[in-house]
Amino acid sequence: MSDQRTSAIVEKYGTDESATLSALQDLQEEHGYLPREALLDVSKRMEVPLSRVLSLATFFNAFSLKPKGKHHVNVCMGTACHVRGSQLILEKLERELGIKSGDTTPDRNFSLDAVRCVGCCGLAPVIMVGDTFHGKLSQAKVPGVLKKYGK
Amino acid sequence: MPKLTVEDLKKIREKTRRTTMLREGGEHRAKITVHMGTCGIASGARDIMNALIKEIEARDITDVILTNSGCAGLCSREPMATVEMAGKAPVKYVDLTAEKIKEVLEKHVLGGKIVESYALGIGSEKTDLS
Amino acid sequence: MEEKEKAYRLHLMVCAGTGCVSNHAFEIKGALEKEIKKQSLENEVLVVTTGCNGFCERGPLLVVQPGNIFYQQLTEKDIPHLVEEHFLKGRPVQKLMYTPPKEKTPIPVLSDIDFFKGQVLIALRNRGLIDPEKIEEYIARDGYTAMAKALNEMTPEGIIEEIKKSGLRGRGGAGFPTGVKWEYVRNAPSTNGGVKYLVCNGDEGDPGAFMDRSILEADPHSVIEGMVIGAKAIGASEGFVYVRNEYPLALSRLNLALKQAREYGLLGKDILGSGFNFDIKVHRGAGAFVCGEETALLHSLEGRLGEPRPRPPYPAEKGLRDQPTCINNVETWANVPVIISRGANWYSSIGTKTSKGTKVFSLVGKINNTGLVEVPMGISLKEIIYNIGGGIPEGKEFKAVQTGGPSGGCIPKEKIDLPIDFESLTEAGSMMGSGGMVVMDEDTCMVDVARYFLSFTQDESCGKCTPCREGTKAMLSILTRITEGKGTEGDLVLLRDLAESIKDSALCGLGNTAPNPVLTTMQYFMEEYETHIKDKKCPARVCRQLNTYIVDENTCVKDGRGCDLCKRNCATDAILGEKGKAHRVVQEKCIKCGVCYDVCNFNAVKIE
Repeated sequence: MSDQRTSAIVEKYGTDESATLSALQDLQEEHGYLPREALLDVSKRMEVPLSRVLSLATFFNAFSLKPKGKHHVNVCMGTACHVRGSQLILEKLERELGIKSGDTTPDRNFSLDAVRCVGCCGLAPVIMVGDTFHGKLSQAKVPGVLKKYGK
Repeated sequence: MPKLTVEDLKKIREKTRRTTMLREGGEHRAKITVHMGTCGIASGARDIMNALIKEIEARDITDVILTNSGCAGLCSREPMATVEMAGKAPVKYVDLTAEKIKEVLEKHVLGGKIVESYALGIGSEKTDLS
Repeated sequence: MEEKEKAYRLHLMVCAGTGCVSNHAFEIKGALEKEIKKQSLENEVLVVTTGCNGFCERGPLLVVQPGNIFYQQLTEKDIPHLVEEHFLKGRPVQKLMYTPPKEKTPIPVLSDIDFFKGQVLIALRNRGLIDPEKIEEYIARDGYTAMAKALNEMTPEGIIEEIKKSGLRGRGGAGFPTGVKWEYVRNAPSTNGGVKYLVCNGDEGDPGAFMDRSILEADPHSVIEGMVIGAKAIGASEGFVYVRNEYPLALSRLNLALKQAREYGLLGKDILGSGFNFDIKVHRGAGAFVCGEETALLHSLEGRLGEPRPRPPYPAEKGLRDQPTCINNVETWANVPVIISRGANWYSSIGTKTSKGTKVFSLVGKINNTGLVEVPMGISLKEIIYNIGGGIPEGKEFKAVQTGGPSGGCIPKEKIDLPIDFESLTEAGSMMGSGGMVVMDEDTCMVDVARYFLSFTQDESCGKCTPCREGTKAMLSILTRITEGKGTEGDLVLLRDLAESIKDSALCGLGNTAPNPVLTTMQYFMEEYETHIKDKKCPARVCRQLNTYIVDENTCVKDGRGCDLCKRNCATDAILGEKGKAHRVVQEKCIKCGVCYDVCNFNAVKIE
């Protein structure tokens, strides 16, 4: 992990406390998660109590305190996806990858999360792998999708 | 980038009228159909289309729709085009060249007078494509 | 700016809304451009990317102008043929056109298709007609003229009067009259030298609703123009758009639109020479449903935890940085310019007595034509579901429609003739909400739906007030128990009591309305709850703990099949049998995932 990347982001915001959230968003984007050191850095250099930094980092779904896999799989759990069977898709993915939702495979190739509606309801049920959508899925189609990403 | 005034807004709208007319199916003065079957293309229909596009652009005509259709069934007289003035019977022009189609545009489409020397006939069967 | 506009004979409008993009719309665009070049048509045919066309079910989509020819479900393989046949030789390709379910003849022209025919576009007026990344195309469609009129010819009071007269009500949920809100903010005293703020709520959190995303993607300038008009009315010089983190495309198109508007002087100082100053900043959400609640949203804008606070004081009095703040959602803002240019009388002639204008709905779930539709208020559910939506797939029976997201409720098929407006939906126990419409058929379990929404609100509860934090948790555990066949009759009484007390005592809208999905399903589908509790059965066979999967051995081996597909797909080796012979499910090993049921081509797997 490069401290320089963190520093560059934190420096940009100075000690403006109301910018803490924005700084965390940038850090999440930069690292793919919020490393412990980065949170400490934000607290120290932006002069915000660590408890406040941590409360923001755990309140919002966009933040993760754990590193994500190379391929981040997000399963849409919106209503349209739900009535078309997204829970079964999520469980199928958990079985195929051998991890629970929220975790990362030991080889760091995949991480799996359930997310709120991604707004692609016309294609339900939908998963996203990185920025790529895979729609109109079924349990039987799941292995084929994962295969494309080196499973 | 200059800051716009209310006048500038109007100018932008004027300038893009052709686009809005085309996309929204607004009132148009005429529709010109160039017949683009294999035979039409082989005998130069593409040149006719290109000449029309250039001319329409140069004269800044915004209310004429250009379209193409398949073979008109009279391969020996290609390239052909059909001009339909709003509310009038279509007129088929045959044995066209770039020069001739410009003349048709000038005299018939803009001037309202059929160029009889190039016309095959008036009120021929209607094309239902497009 | 001075050169002449280039003439093309054809414009190919490629839908680049999120739905189509995920169906590879950009690959289609690339293939079109490549093929057009190959046929040397690049000076005749222009490829344009537009925002969401609405008919997401059929993506990727292409509309050819002039002529309004509608192509759907395109693949890259189709493109060479399409370009040669239609764009070169002028023969539209029938097999790529839309054929309605149960019919044989394709419909070539977009406006003849039922899905589009019944729609009236105001908020979505530019969809499919402009490239959202080109401000000139927005201006060409009379964009920014309403703003020019408001800034140069109208007084703030005049603008407010016009909006009040139009009857426009907030499209984000509660339906508060927009003009009245503006008047409050205009008259509210500011403690900071007259500073007032204006906010566009684009934190579209209701699962199943995506109209705000679509508007921001397809027509960002309509929102900007609406906001400038609102700013003049209330006297604000600074505005914010709060966009959901999950909408990257909407974010980038909005940012680009703001940049273009600024460059043209349509935002910033002395807009259009009127002396009026106003600018807009974008704030990216961080993924919390509760931030759609206006006080939580304001906290989040200030960089704080997105927790709501009690109202009053309302944001109109004390909002962002404690100053009077006007918050409206994306769709509301997009309506404003049309009202100003076409007049309140025109607008209020559309709709019902109490709900004027149109509403955008996202039509999703068990319906043939999923997508985004804009219809006049007062249209019946039946028209939306059967005429526009094309009915329920696979000949299944319509059961209910869920509106209003986690705050709304389910409306049963008995009420299918209900004319839709703010009041009628509330009377039916649901609400308009942001306009999500999730259609459910006979295979949807209403108890499971109630449990789904409770798990959503429970998870998204910010935890600040006890009724919501603890109450939703208790309700969820009761509902889970019922879906697992462990419910008792006392549960229903308990559920109702909890629901009523949460409704009365929670701090914000999220909590107050959280029990709605449970209350409406109990009101209309009590027999389903009872079947789960008394018979330990799920009539729709959704609640898996109550299902038993078995293979009908006769069907399985009929004609020497015994295809082995179920066994190969079974995750836990719970299916025994060999190719050509009958298969059997070992119940102790079965985790009831239902994959055998899904993959069996001969309907040999049964659920009991």
